[in-house]
Amino acid sequence: MISAVVVIAGLAMLFGLALGYAAVRFRTEGDPVVDRIDALLPQTQCGQCSFAGCRPYAEAIAVGQADINRCPPGGEATIRALADLLERDPKPLDPESGTIKPRTVAVIDEPLCIGCTLCIQACPVDAILGAGKQMHTVIASECTGCDLCVAPCPVDCIVMVEEPVTLKTWKWPRPEDAAVLADRR
Amino acid sequence: MSKPRLWRFNGGLKLDARTAPAATQPIATVPVPARLILPLSQHVGQPADPVVAVGERVLKGQPIARPSGYIAAKVHASSSGTVVEICDHPVPHPSGLSAPCVVIETDGRDEPWDGYEPLPAFGELSATDLRARVRAAGVVGLGGAAFPTAVKLGAGSGLKMLILNGAECEPYICCDEMLLRERPGEVLAGAQVLLQALEIGRCCIAIEDDKPLALQALVDAIRAAGETRIEVVSVPAVYPEGGERQLIKVLTGEEVPARGVPPDIGYLCQNVGTAAAVGRAVLRGEPLISRIVTVTGEGVVQPRNLEVRLGTPVAELVRACGGYTDRAAHLLMGGAMMGFPLSDDSLPVIKGMNCIVVASRDEIRPRTAAMPCIRCGECAEACPAQLLPQQLYWHARAGELDRLDEYHLFDCIECGCCDVACPSQLPLTQYFRYAKTELWARDRDRTRSDLARERFEARRDRIESEQEARRRRLEEKAKAVDQTRGDEHARKAMIDAALERVQARRERNEPDEPR
Repeated sequence: MISAVVVIAGLAMLFGLALGYAAVRFRTEGDPVVDRIDALLPQTQCGQCSFAGCRPYAEAIAVGQADINRCPPGGEATIRALADLLERDPKPLDPESGTIKPRTVAVIDEPLCIGCTLCIQACPVDAILGAGKQMHTVIASECTGCDLCVAPCPVDCIVMVEEPVTLKTWKWPRPEDAAVLADRR
Repeated sequence: MSKPRLWRFNGGLKLDARTAPAATQPIATVPVPARLILPLSQHVGQPADPVVAVGERVLKGQPIARPSGYIAAKVHASSSGTVVEICDHPVPHPSGLSAPCVVIETDGRDEPWDGYEPLPAFGELSATDLRARVRAAGVVGLGGAAFPTAVKLGAGSGLKMLILNGAECEPYICCDEMLLRERPGEVLAGAQVLLQALEIGRCCIAIEDDKPLALQALVDAIRAAGETRIEVVSVPAVYPEGGERQLIKVLTGEEVPARGVPPDIGYLCQNVGTAAAVGRAVLRGEPLISRIVTVTGEGVVQPRNLEVRLGTPVAELVRACGGYTDRAAHLLMGGAMMGFPLSDDSLPVIKGMNCIVVASRDEIRPRTAAMPCIRCGECAEACPAQLLPQQLYWHARAGELDRLDEYHLFDCIECGCCDVACPSQLPLTQYFRYAKTELWARDRDRTRSDLARERFEARRDRIESEQEARRRRLEEKAKAVDQTRGDEHARKAMIDAALERVQARRERNEPDEPR
């Protein structure tokens, strides 16, 4: 009887020590689930989900504070990917967060710009170049189309323009959406 | 001609070649049109950058756009004249979109540019020099894919054999056949240049067995030249034998690995037309400014093959064939299997255009409504890439695009065999094209979102460190103020020093201290 108690207690202590050591030795930095969720978000940083960027939204999803259907720029594909990752059912986009729109890029009407730097401060990805009392311009390849620079502009010189489709970005339509193009004999 | 052992590839179709009306006529030349429209993106890869300005006079063969990256090709003026516009113009592409083009108004003099010296003694040149000439001449794969030839030539080392692809298997297309029949010497010379450029000693030219005249012409040319490194092989005519993977399988029994390229297993494949263009670029210093196009179908009066300058509107080709018949209903670029419709005949001829079909209503049956997939497996039997089209179809239709990679979607060559085999008339190839472009778009989005994340985080870190620095500065100031408490002199000195700093800064016209 005594020996059994001693053996069990000994084993418990051994495992306890091993687990305690492993917890310190193999500690993970941050939450990997948040990283995986963040990797699926489009990084528009637009805040339409009501969080201050994609990362905070990912953190909120991870702890169950936010639903997976609050990202309009990601659209259906993102909702589906999040549902797959978190093993939940996909659901339609929450209309409260916005509507799915084609991707846009901010364009500054440069002659109108007064160089106030407000848009530069608003841009979440530093895609606007300029300085105080100097004309500003958008680095189009780095703009995420988040819209956040439009409202702060005091002279309304920023417009969001739909990205043109080029030969490189054109996509074949889904067959059921398209009229049959060419017949295969 | 030897009778080596041949293999066969999975599936494929025996199709009616439909080349007879065009292949009975000799190659004719289309006169230089009044306006040439030269797209800057006629090749796989980055569009070329124009190097001419509006109003500039250019000569025939003069470069008008230079490659903007490694995978790109030069564009040359196809005739002499004046550049009148550099603007977006509709281009022959399944999307029907416009793309940047250089428009030249020709002057009818066809004055040649002599920037490229003919190199008849190419045997003394190094592989690098020859590749540089091929690149300078803007040569791309003329079989339809338009991949820059110089890039392909630089791809492999330790090659066993060069394969020249004369297996033109798609119904209607016969431009390679006519090239081989009328100009076998050019193809032979091109093969010799390519062997020198690749530093290998063996070439095999594959021609389908339904083109005996082409085969004979080439065999005669090789015999006359006493060339022993090049052999001609007759291969059975099965669609899509002209696919390079399928042709390599037939000739060697070896398979190009998934996601790999032929040089991985020691072979390099070039179209016979490309070889002829390489030969001309080196031996005569002629850049790629023209090509042979098959114009056929019941919709033209006299189907035939035409030697035509790049940039010529398709309407001129039809005119050279006697115009449209009353039966003309569809305008297609490419052959019966992989071709796509063109919106109108003002579109220009590009490097990758091998065939124009003006089809009648009878030639192209409208597709009947698609029926449900019955899982019969006919598509897998027909697939020359040994894929499972029905599996790909289910996932593509359900939008489960991530799963498609597991079924090797990107090994699909879009030949259309599964469409023909499918008893339910499902537009399978269209699903695969849709899924491929959708996946590419997702890749692009991922790259962009990674960039955005990086920049977002960099900005966040910067703002945090700025705030931290400000907090520390204020703390230090507060400490300094604390230390001087009660000492009126020291306080006054501090205030004066601060005022002086501001004054000095104003004089130097510097911005205020960060707050």
